[in-house]
Amino acid sequence: MTSSSPVGELHGIGIGQGVATGPIARMADPLPAPADVASALDLATETERANTSLAAVARELEARGLEAGGSARDVLEAQAMMAEDPTLAEEIATRLADGKTAEWAVYAAFASFRDQLAAMGGYLGERAADLDDVSQRVIAHLLGVPAPGVPSPGHPFILVARDLAPADTALLDLDMVLGLVTSDGGPTSHTAILAREKSIVAIVGVVGATGLADGTSLVVDAATGTVTVDPSAELVAETEQRIADRLALVNAPAVPGALADGTSVPLLANLGSAEHAADAAELGAEGVGLFRTEFLFLDQALAPTVEQQRGHYEKLLRAFPGKKVVVRVLDAGADKPLAFLNDAHEDNPALGLRGLRALRASEDILREQLTALAQADAATDADLWVMAPMVSTVEETKYFMAIAAEYGLKTPGVMVEVPSSALLADRVLEHAGFASIGTNDLTQYTLAADRLLGSVGAFQDPWHPAVLRLVQLVGEAGAKHGKPVGICGEAAADPLLAVVLVGLGATTLSMSPSALADVRHSLQQYTLDDARRIAAAALAADGAAEARAAATAATTPEMKEATS
Amino acid sequence: MATRTVRIGSSHGLHARPAKLFTQAAKDAGLPVTIAKGSGKAVNAASILGVIALAVEHGDYVTLSVDGEGAAAESTLDTLSELLVTDHDEQ
Repeated sequence: MTSSSPVGELHGIGIGQGVATGPIARMADPLPAPADVASALDLATETERANTSLAAVARELEARGLEAGGSARDVLEAQAMMAEDPTLAEEIATRLADGKTAEWAVYAAFASFRDQLAAMGGYLGERAADLDDVSQRVIAHLLGVPAPGVPSPGHPFILVARDLAPADTALLDLDMVLGLVTSDGGPTSHTAILAREKSIVAIVGVVGATGLADGTSLVVDAATGTVTVDPSAELVAETEQRIADRLALVNAPAVPGALADGTSVPLLANLGSAEHAADAAELGAEGVGLFRTEFLFLDQALAPTVEQQRGHYEKLLRAFPGKKVVVRVLDAGADKPLAFLNDAHEDNPALGLRGLRALRASEDILREQLTALAQADAATDADLWVMAPMVSTVEETKYFMAIAAEYGLKTPGVMVEVPSSALLADRVLEHAGFASIGTNDLTQYTLAADRLLGSVGAFQDPWHPAVLRLVQLVGEAGAKHGKPVGICGEAAADPLLAVVLVGLGATTLSMSPSALADVRHSLQQYTLDDARRIAAAALAADGAAEARAAATAATTPEMKEATS
Repeated sequence: MATRTVRIGSSHGLHARPAKLFTQAAKDAGLPVTIAKGSGKAVNAASILGVIALAVEHGDYVTLSVDGEGAAAESTLDTLSELLVTDHDEQ
């Protein structure tokens, strides 16, 4: 082992604008499978080793259960019992008697039960993960290395991990986690999504993060994507001041989104259910820029009825009287398959029958949804706009405009997520009432990189000039036809990119409500001319990182002072 | 050998919490106990992995067998049967 702890600065993709400082607690990596080699020790010694580690893990899980309480306690106690299960003990003993190491015997014995449970599927299949966790803990104890999983050092910490799985994030104690630093994962990874939802300071994709040692002090600056190892006392003091300033910013009264010269840029919320509408309004959302309707349909064997849908839509619209609410009709397929829409296996679901394509193939579902939306609109005072997802041709645009008109929906529009729609935006916007750019999918399709695939996560960066150029085409088409162009991807939540997007012609920005305060503050620093100049600098760059750097350089204090 | 057949009362079958409670009790019984679903193979009742893998659902019949005689065996059967017929998931 020649690895040494990194020093100085490390860089990655910052999520949001927060900053944090504190000591590291590492999430240990999953252990590799032990080698199936003959033991150099005698049977009694290996048996003793296995029993000691199994008991130690059982006691630790019991202790954690007591600490956690509630339903977590039952799960942890059940896991403790798995470690000392008599049937498992027999399986381990058989392998030890064959001259295997304790590591291999434990690994193989757990694996045999694991496979049995996994094969049963459903609830039992999920227990296979519990068993894996116990197995890893026992092997870690045998090897004398930290057990995988979220650490609990007993004081607030910055969590350093390869990436966080949904199961890890569910167990995170947000009062203890000051910040997140991951070596893997892009801006749409689970870690990034969690960080945005919960407003946790995070930097993902940090090269070198795996070498950071437990207890090391860090400053994590998401605004610049910089992790400083062993920071100076001055930097820590400065960071603590920034944390206090940001708190004041977040608690500042919410005013409508606007540039320094007064140009209005309405700031809207992305919502996935009507439940969070009131929270979004409280954070200053001036309406809803993207209301996802999938939640009504997920986990359903059959589509919900018109009446059920109408109830949800009315609840949403009532939270925003007199305000704009953009509802996206069902966007199924790829990462969110729905059995009743398309259950055919697809090798390439991101390029398959999804979005409007799937709705057209099951037009009755689209018609029911439009019926429910029209009824909810008639019963409430919000300004309802309706848009179709994954529109890729002018013909599809015309189709959606025509069918929405049949139901009397006043403002139908399309999402621009496919490069073909951006390239032909001047023709698409001849028909559509508005365009809303979904930057996550637009980036995935422009760079031909599956946004769910970690190995190509580095391509999933909306700062890429190819993506920005497509946004510019849509912005220009919107200006030509006098049609609004919104942004509803995570790009709008990046305060500097938000300025660039406005410079490229976006007229509204929609984001996770937690990002509103930062974006509002950022827009107030620049005039429309500034925004255009910063956008031009980003467009002229060769890549995403260069575009970000060029835009940052174009926001020098002198430039800001000269124009504000 | 004392045996008894009972019907599972837990609405979520013999998984998770009910399985944990049952195997804990079987372990504490002090006598070897097995459990079999229907006419299936009997497994060690003190083994949570064995019990979970039986995939016992609400309404299934299971047979408990205690390797012992007399009052101790009967009392063990009483305790364990009581656990199995109770709906632990009812709140």
